[in-house]
Formats: sequence, structure tokens, C-alpha cells
Amino acid sequence: MIELHGYGPLLVDGAWLTLRVAFASLALGLVFGIIGATAKLSNSVILRGAATGYTAIVRGLPELVLLLIIFYGGTQLVQDIWRGLGNESHVDIKPFIAGTFTLAFVFGAYATEVFRGAILAVPKGQVEAAYAVGMGRLQMFHRVMLPQVWRFALPGLGNLWLVLLKDTSLISVINLNELMYASRAAAGKTHEPFKFYLAAAIIYLAFTIVSMIVLQYSERRSQRGVRMG
Amino acid sequence: MTQYGGDQFPDGGNALAVEDLHKSFGPLEVLKGVSATAGEGDVLSIIGASGSGKSTMLRCINLLEVPDAGRIWVGGELIRMKNKGRKGLAPESARQVDRIRSTVGMVFQGFNLWTHMTVMQNLTEAPLHVLKLSRAEARERAEALLERVGLTDKRGHYPAHLSGGQQQRAAIARALAMEPQLLLFDEPTSALDPELVGEVLKVIRDIAEEGRTMIMVTHEMAFAREVSSKAMFLHDGRVEEEGPPAQVFDAPRSERCRQFLAAGEF
Repeated sequence: MIELHGYGPLLVDGAWLTLRVAFASLALGLVFGIIGATAKLSNSVILRGAATGYTAIVRGLPELVLLLIIFYGGTQLVQDIWRGLGNESHVDIKPFIAGTFTLAFVFGAYATEVFRGAILAVPKGQVEAAYAVGMGRLQMFHRVMLPQVWRFALPGLGNLWLVLLKDTSLISVINLNELMYASRAAAGKTHEPFKFYLAAAIIYLAFTIVSMIVLQYSERRSQRGVRMG
Repeated sequence: MTQYGGDQFPDGGNALAVEDLHKSFGPLEVLKGVSATAGEGDVLSIIGASGSGKSTMLRCINLLEVPDAGRIWVGGELIRMKNKGRKGLAPESARQVDRIRSTVGMVFQGFNLWTHMTVMQNLTEAPLHVLKLSRAEARERAEALLERVGLTDKRGHYPAHLSGGQQQRAAIARALAMEPQLLLFDEPTSALDPELVGEVLKVIRDIAEEGRTMIMVTHEMAFAREVSSKAMFLHDGRVEEEGPPAQVFDAPRSERCRQFLAAGEF
């Protein structure tokens, strides 16, 4: 066993936090993505413009820059609004919330494009058949559209998830104690950077491999009725 | 054109009546004032060249296309529409539209079975989630219909694993599972290989014979003449000829209808 000089639990805590940030960002990011795609495909010029602006900005900026802007700018903004409402006290944005929000914001922009393509890939006849039996819009979306959107979106979302998982390391810059932060801390204290960064790398890789197995399984499941066998 | 007072449907239209339907797609005026009626038990065939507006007319009946002007009664009930000025008409009540659609079955040219569901799930989906039947009732209905269209052994298959003829028979069973008052067929055999047309026509004939009200857009002239109680020839967005099949198919008064039938290029 590798000697971690007692920093093992720190890494485990960091890894756990990394997973929590990643899953929270995924959940929120999927919501952003579905809303973004719906806006992009809507008849409203304003909604389409807003969604296009959103994806253009996010895709045009490095994530690290965006993270710092949202963390520092967002904190300031919330503070100003809070003060503006006549409050004296100080509000803190927790790094967890700022980090999750930023990663979700980025994920959502890319997911918007994935969902947009997937929604367009569902043949019109599938939707018409749903309306023809008397389903309402929500029921159609839930029973007929979404299951087929997943099928087309899953490979793209899978890639985005793998990117997201690794991008969580960026939020160490806003002092969130996730895996990257923890390994840097341990590396600094012990003067053994190679050992701790390698340990972090192995943990990230393990997460990624598990993700890929799960994704492969879900993709196969979502293809039921399309591929033979 | 005859005007009818209030919301009363035109004579002979207790199953379906459409009155003076207009529909344009951009600059293209597809329907230029089409009226039609079908009584209970009628089988109305609509024939005409491609682009004559027959599919659009059929799709207006269950509002897959919203007409720009005109009125529609299904089972004697007027579909309430509101005028949106330059944008034409819009249904007044989505709930009324959903309810009426649940009583009108539709069979599409491209089958449109839901690809992520098995044949059985396709048949039970709407009875379960629209009619709110119990699972046992929905399954019982579906089993009986599968037997009727000869697909009992395909109940667990996905649509992609069926032939076109089998898919269309399943789609007909899906429409029947709602026990509709009115069945719409939009060129049900046009997408099929010639050798598969017969098995689908056989199912449709079987349904016609049990006295269901059907509106059928078709290019199968011989079949239409045989099963219809009424026929209608559309040309360029207008009704050019209508009457009993013997008249429309054998002795049309309209020169265009005669030419269309003589050309045999359906």
C-alpha cells in the first residue's frame, strides 16, 4: 500500500465532494439544457435570441474565466441586491453553490445543443400519432418525446458528463475542498506532489471508467427497438 | 353555398361534417373551400391527384392541421374555434380538441408506431393514459385486436422488427383500441411494397364491414369503389365530384375526374 502520510481521508473526502458537485451540476445542467433547447426551438424571437446568446457566450469563454466571473461577480451582485433591499448583514455564496452553478451553466449550454439536435431527430409522425390519440402537450412530451430524445441525446450527454467530471477540478481555485484541492494541499504539506497528483489521477480515472460502463449500458438500453437484438 | 343556422351540423353529417374548409401553406392555397359530410356507418373515400388537398383535408378533421377558415363537427359536436385575425383560426379549447381526438382514430401513411414501445405497449398506451382504463382492460382489448389483425405472436416485438404490412396492421389495431367513433385513413397502403398491400386492405375491409364510420384517402381505386358508401374527387383544393361510388368511379360527371381515373396514374 502506498504511504499517504495520513492524508488518505482528506483525499476520500475530496473525492466525495467532487462527486457531489458533479452530480448536482449534472442535474441542474440538464434542466438548463432542456430549457435552452426548448427556447431555441420556440417561435418566440426573444427566447431564441436569449438561448443563442447563452450558448454563444458559454462556448466562447474558457471555463476557468467563467467560473471566476460568476464566483466573484455573482457574489458581488447578490451582495448588492441584498444591500439594496435594505439589509445590513453580509451574504456569503458558498463555493459549493457557486461552483455547482457555474459548472451547470457551462454544461447546460452544451447540453442545449445536444437536446436541440435530439428533439429535431424525433420524427414528426411520432408526435402526430400522440396528438391523434388525444394526448395533451405535456403527456406527449413525457410519454413519446422524452424517451426518444434520450435515445438521441445520450451519447452526446455522456461525453459532456465525462468533461464535467474532470472540470470539477477547476473549482479548486475558489477554495472548494474537492479532490484536486485536497491533493494539492497534501502535496504541499508532504512535498510529494507526484504521489498525490497521481493518486488524484487514479481516482478521476476510476470515476471515468465507471461512468463509461454505466453509459454504455444505458445507451444499449435506450436503443431498444431500434437495433436488432 | 348553403348556410346553416347556429352550431347545427349540415344534413347527413351526424358522424362528420366539414364546411367550407380553407387552408394555405404560405403562398400555396391547398384547400379552397371544401365541404363534406358522413353519416354514421358511412365509408367515405377521398380520391384525387397528389397535391389536390385530400390529405390536408383529412388532417384538418382531427386538427393536425388547423384550417384557416371553415367549421368541423365530429359526432355532431362543433369544434370551437376562435379567430386570431391575420393568423387565421385557433382551437378555443385544447381540452375539447384532445377529447375529440380521442374519439377519432387515425391511420397514417407512414404507420407512426411509437418506436420505443413494443406492439403491445403501442396498443395499450392511449387506452391506459388517455382513456384511463385499467391495465387488465387495456391488455384484454389489445389482445383481442392483435388476434383480429393477425399479430398475436408479435405482441412483444418492436415496430422496427416488423414488416411494413405488419406495422400498418398494428397501427390500425392501435387506432381501434380507442374504440373510435370515426376512423381516418391517410393513404394507408401508399408506403407499402405491393405484395404487402393486400393484407392491410383485408383488415380495412373487415373494419368497414362491421359498420364503422371511416374517411379514407386512398389511391386504391378498385378497393375504394368496393368498400365505400360515398366517394369524393378533389381537384386543386375543391370538391370536383361527389356521390355514390358507382357514379364517381364509373360515370363521373366531371371531365377532370374522368381524366384522372382514365389516366390510372395514381
